[in-house]
Amino acid sequence: MIKVTIYENQCKGCGLCVRACPKAVLAISKTHLNTKGYYPVEVVDQAACIACTSCAKTCPDVAIEIEK
Amino acid sequence: MATIFKRTSVLTDVPFHYCPGCGHGIVHRMVAEVIEELGIREKTAGVAPVGCAVFAYNYFDVDMYEAAHGRAPAVATGYKRVHPENVCFTYQGDGDLASIGTAEIVHAAHRGEKITTIFINNAIYGMTGGQMAPTTLVGQKTTTSPLGRDKDHCGEPIRMAEMLATINGSAFIARTALNNTANLNKTKAAIKKAFEAQIAGKGFSMVEILSPCPTNWGKAPGEAMDWLAENMIPYYPLGIMKEV
Repeated sequence: MIKVTIYENQCKGCGLCVRACPKAVLAISKTHLNTKGYYPVEVVDQAACIACTSCAKTCPDVAIEIEK
Repeated sequence: MATIFKRTSVLTDVPFHYCPGCGHGIVHRMVAEVIEELGIREKTAGVAPVGCAVFAYNYFDVDMYEAAHGRAPAVATGYKRVHPENVCFTYQGDGDLASIGTAEIVHAAHRGEKITTIFINNAIYGMTGGQMAPTTLVGQKTTTSPLGRDKDHCGEPIRMAEMLATINGSAFIARTALNNTANLNKTKAAIKKAFEAQIAGKGFSMVEILSPCPTNWGKAPGEAMDWLAENMIPYYPLGIMKEV
């Protein structure tokens, strides 16, 4: 069981994590705004995650936490 | 379940003020993680630059100084000479280190000061609005080179890592990039080696990190990473330039 947690109010929607993810686990929200006014990233396919931590390593705002 | 990735406590809870997709936040995290992993938090001081990272002192939960523009290596020299048992790093951009602060960085390396410099090279002045820097690539458009940098008028971009590697006082000099996961891993490994070189008393250490500036490059964050890989890495070769 792998769990990716997004601290969405730290997210600025840059999408670098979406670009880094080899399994398309993440996507930028199209409808939901965070408190900063950005469309934050969301986990769309938790089951596909392989816990490589590429998303968290490229996140410029340290908004991703991963449990395994 | 075990947590395999979380925000290090060496970073404060203050949200970064940087633009979306900026490389500063990535490097702040790596430096903080290295400080935690080496167990040097209580004896480390950092020196913040002038530039986009001017507020770095708000983000690191260690003692921090704010230096005058380009003078971070001079401030770090003073700290390190008074507290030789402690660890001191400077965090500088290309406008700070490669332009106004060239004298300070060259002579800090020349004196073999036992400090670590984290040098963010994004080929542009970020904070002041995207002007041409000494590191701007030939042909790159900025607000002060709207037709692209002309090498006959402005010269060719300066390679700081190669230059400092020729100086006998430097112990560890590397250049890395942030454009993909492999390079992110290499960047953190290089930062760790740089701190270890300082702790071992070998001399001056610096990691030059090629970093994106999506706002001033006029690109989306992902496109900026691709631009970095296609344009900056060919001119600024990656690798460890010197390790003693």
